[in-house]
Amino acid sequence: MAHMPKFAGIRRLGARIQEAKGAPRWILYVGIGIVVFFVILAIFAPLIAPYGFDQVTSDGVRFPKQAPPSSEHLFGTTVQSTDVLSRTIWGARTAIEVVVLSVIFSIAIGVPLGLFSGYVGGKLDRGLVLIMDALFAFPYLLLAIVVAFLLTDKLNDFFLSNLFGAGIVTAAVAITVVYIPQYFRVVRNHVISVREEPYVEAARALGAKRRTVIGRYIFYNVIQNVPALATLNAADAILTLAALGFLGYGIQPTEAAEWGYDISRAIDDVGAGIWWTGVFPGMAIVLLVTGFTLVGEGLNDVLNPLIRYRRIRKPKIPAEKVPAEQEASS
Amino acid sequence: MEVRDLRTLYSVRGSFMDRLRGRESGSVKAVDGVSFDLQRGEVLGLVGESGSGKTTLGRTLLGLVEASDGSVKLDGQEIAGLGEGAFRPLRRRLQIVFQDPHASLNPAMTIGEAVADPLRIHGIAGNRDQARTRVAGALERVGLQPAQQFMDKYPTDLSGGQKQRAVLARAIILDPDVLIADEPVSMLDMSVRAKILELMIDLKRELDLTYVYITHDLATAKYFCDRIAIMYLGKIVEIGPAEEIYDDPKHPYTVALLRAIPEPDPTRSVPRDLPRGEVPDAVMPPLGCSFHPRCPRAFEVCGWESRDLRTLLEARWTKMPEPEYRAERDVIGSLDELDVPGISARLEPASGHTAAEVSEIIERLRADAPEDPFWKGVAEIGEEGGGVAVRFHDNLEPRDVPAGGSRLQCHLYDDEALAAAEAARKRTPEG
Amino acid sequence: MSEPGTRAEPAAPDSPSEAVLSVRGLRAWYGTMGDPVRAVDGVSLDLRAGETVGLVGESGCGKSTLGRAMMGLLPEGTAVAGEVRYRGRDLVGLSDSELRPLRGPDLGLVFQEPMTRLDPLVTIEDHFLEALRAHESDTDTDEMRRRSLAALAGMGIPPTRFKQFPHEFSGGMRQRIMIALALVLNPKVVIADEPTTALDVIVEAQILQILADLRRNFDAALLLITHNLGIVAETCDRVAVMYAGQIVEEGNAREVFTEPAHPYTRELLRSTISLSTTGLHYIPGAPPSLVDPPNACRFHPRCPNAMQVCAQKDPIEMPPGAEAGEQREGRVLCWLHGPADEIPPGGERPLEREEIALAEEA
Repeated sequence: MAHMPKFAGIRRLGARIQEAKGAPRWILYVGIGIVVFFVILAIFAPLIAPYGFDQVTSDGVRFPKQAPPSSEHLFGTTVQSTDVLSRTIWGARTAIEVVVLSVIFSIAIGVPLGLFSGYVGGKLDRGLVLIMDALFAFPYLLLAIVVAFLLTDKLNDFFLSNLFGAGIVTAAVAITVVYIPQYFRVVRNHVISVREEPYVEAARALGAKRRTVIGRYIFYNVIQNVPALATLNAADAILTLAALGFLGYGIQPTEAAEWGYDISRAIDDVGAGIWWTGVFPGMAIVLLVTGFTLVGEGLNDVLNPLIRYRRIRKPKIPAEKVPAEQEASS
Repeated sequence: MEVRDLRTLYSVRGSFMDRLRGRESGSVKAVDGVSFDLQRGEVLGLVGESGSGKTTLGRTLLGLVEASDGSVKLDGQEIAGLGEGAFRPLRRRLQIVFQDPHASLNPAMTIGEAVADPLRIHGIAGNRDQARTRVAGALERVGLQPAQQFMDKYPTDLSGGQKQRAVLARAIILDPDVLIADEPVSMLDMSVRAKILELMIDLKRELDLTYVYITHDLATAKYFCDRIAIMYLGKIVEIGPAEEIYDDPKHPYTVALLRAIPEPDPTRSVPRDLPRGEVPDAVMPPLGCSFHPRCPRAFEVCGWESRDLRTLLEARWTKMPEPEYRAERDVIGSLDELDVPGISARLEPASGHTAAEVSEIIERLRADAPEDPFWKGVAEIGEEGGGVAVRFHDNLEPRDVPAGGSRLQCHLYDDEALAAAEAARKRTPEG
Repeated sequence: MSEPGTRAEPAAPDSPSEAVLSVRGLRAWYGTMGDPVRAVDGVSLDLRAGETVGLVGESGCGKSTLGRAMMGLLPEGTAVAGEVRYRGRDLVGLSDSELRPLRGPDLGLVFQEPMTRLDPLVTIEDHFLEALRAHESDTDTDEMRRRSLAALAGMGIPPTRFKQFPHEFSGGMRQRIMIALALVLNPKVVIADEPTTALDVIVEAQILQILADLRRNFDAALLLITHNLGIVAETCDRVAVMYAGQIVEEGNAREVFTEPAHPYTRELLRSTISLSTTGLHYIPGAPPSLVDPPNACRFHPRCPNAMQVCAQKDPIEMPPGAEAGEQREGRVLCWLHGPADEIPPGGERPLEREEIALAEEA
């Protein structure tokens, strides 16, 4: 009898998605489609991309510099002779890795803190709220830059760095710090409203220890908003990552391809009429951000009953049947 | 269980303005010196309206709320003030059923999981099958049959009555000794209430339970309880065998409660002579006996104070047409002094008016209803220092006195109080 | 005698007063993801000046919806059919802007939870002035104040508290303020939806006293919606019992309580626990879903007197006792009182049903 209770807040998600008629469902599907597309690009980058992210030669021949799109270089090349298409695809891997890592970190830190702080209250809660509010108030880009700056070259021995590369982990951590307060807040506020509910008091009356109350009685009832929040944060994280790359922080160009970095390089090209170095990475950013946003909004619409209600159609009341007619039909 | 002088205080943060002015925040005596015994196998009813403290008392007995003072003994063992850890094993013996069936079950757990959780929490689950069997047993006992059908359902799939049954199943699965039921049927429809009450009676017999039945509804309490305690503003004002409470209620509040219960009898109309006013604010309760401002039989020593004068004046003005009200209101200055409870009250005339005019208003007030119990409490009225001073008799705190088979807190049955009132009457100058 | 194919007119009492508000064949269905919820499914009712009608039923019978439908206060996505006649106009189908001027001076509504309806940032005085200004902009402010104080005084609220805020009053006083707010505009019809359910029993009795006095002092027609049979018996002239979206019995309060015509009314009375209850009684089964109510008579699955015809044909509204030739006021929707010539042969045999499993009970 020890199996964990199922996700109540998100349970029957499949059913709810089916029920949602019209717009929310399509928004969700389109968003998922876009995100899946990029994930596939990310996972299979070595197979899909024609060249490496910093590859400048092939078969001993150096690629042309700033060449427009052609059959060998579908998206053209940059001033450093790298292939734009390959860099865009490898950039997808970077983006997905960083975003996934940072969302996982943020949730792993923000949610438990929010749970605990909301339930326990008191000085601990007040202190944490102060810290989180301060982090939240800080201009997020500046915060990310500061953290990235502080962590450069410090994470080289971290186990994850061996898997992903130190630069990626650094960027992920920088972005994590920016978003922890959001999860903390959302979960904490939910916990505060739920902890006064009779069923929580009932759990205490049964003799449940605090961790049981938090883990079994509160947890599943306060995380309904987390998936939607995570996807919307992912969208935001892509932009933050691009900004970091644009400014030259976080990921070193030698470690991995990054869209923001590419765009910063492409600025000089614009004057010369070279559009392909900037447009393709830019579009990639826009598309992936849109994808995540659509998933987030779609999930919100599906899970949020108030918004669903507006789409209910007025029923048609049939004209009243006179009893005599009813007799004939029964 | 033995409860002696139990007190539970809630601290209340004052309003923003109060805090700004440096006034201390108050505390609410939710439970204010409650004593009673609970015999094994009996059903004790705790009856009261909102603010009576009955809910807080229930939770204090269970250790869900910390007692501020007093003692609670379970089979001789002191349990008030025990820490969470020490209390935990006792929770197997003390269980609670809450009022709102729709909110008492964790929406994230199936019925089976919810009812099994007490077993898991106290480590008596055994293996999965054993636990399941016990859960099925509990579900069938409360009438959720076939148990299989309900085990995997979520609370939202059940009706109100079914949910309450599930809550009962969860409460009895550990075979407790004492079950505290906090308004278990007030949120259910009439046609369902009887079912759940009957179930609770059956469970009592089958499992040898002792109940504390908390409610505001004397009608269901009559059916269910052996003894009844009537609570008002944190105190037990009357406690006795159920029959006596219903056939021969003594405390004026009990009498009023019984009369106010609606009866589906069309020949009866709404009772007219109900106590005036409402349950007062618990932060600053009335002096003396908390019920005195509303009591039709109050007398000299019941606790008359300045706020009662204000109430009477306002009642008079409520019945007057506006121009007359304005005229009288302008005579008197500020009424705020009357809000500070005390056994003497001062009314200052507004500028341009004299103390004599204020006296006249008070006389007219008396002429409105000279038989109002308030006037028994007035020791003297006089003009003093430019204003009018009203002094009341000394008040006595009510104490427990026996009356018939019950125990009361009411001066009407307290020989000492009656004697003190007699003495006070003799001291009062006439008129 | 009724002819086949027509509904019997609701038996009109001998009182000469005409109906102020007249509901005919009202249906209000809520839209959902699936089938609609037929909250009100064919209701006819009259409200007369100076009369208090109690609309009683358990949760989920549609009584609140009926009250709101009469005021045009249903949420978007609800379909309404039928007729609500007020002063010669049919309120069903009027737009919100046409209904708004009526709400207040003509139709007053009192809700269950007064705190949620009073603005916590606005004094009582301003609540009243705002309401009066919105509907009677030509009255001068002093006159408005005078009337407000008078309305409050009638509810027992002292004039010294006119300028206080809602949170400074207790629950019972707030409800009185709500009633005073509804009455200050002198409406012809007042609909009170569970006005005392959230209040303590002594406060409830006080407020019911005030409502009972209303009959004498004002000429308003009052519809009191509640699940509490006791307060209906003590305060109402007439009572209408609602079940599964329909009115199953209606008539003079005294008669309905002493001689209930419909089995549901009778069973409901028997299940009510009051001080004089001698045995616990309940109705087996649970109130039906309003999405898919039972065929023909909606109470037949739980009715101890059910006959074969009750599961086959919709019952016809008749004055109670008609089958015995009596001439009683009121009406009842039940085959026990139905016209004999409408019942097919064999229809009067008792209906055999399976034991209602405990699992289906509430």
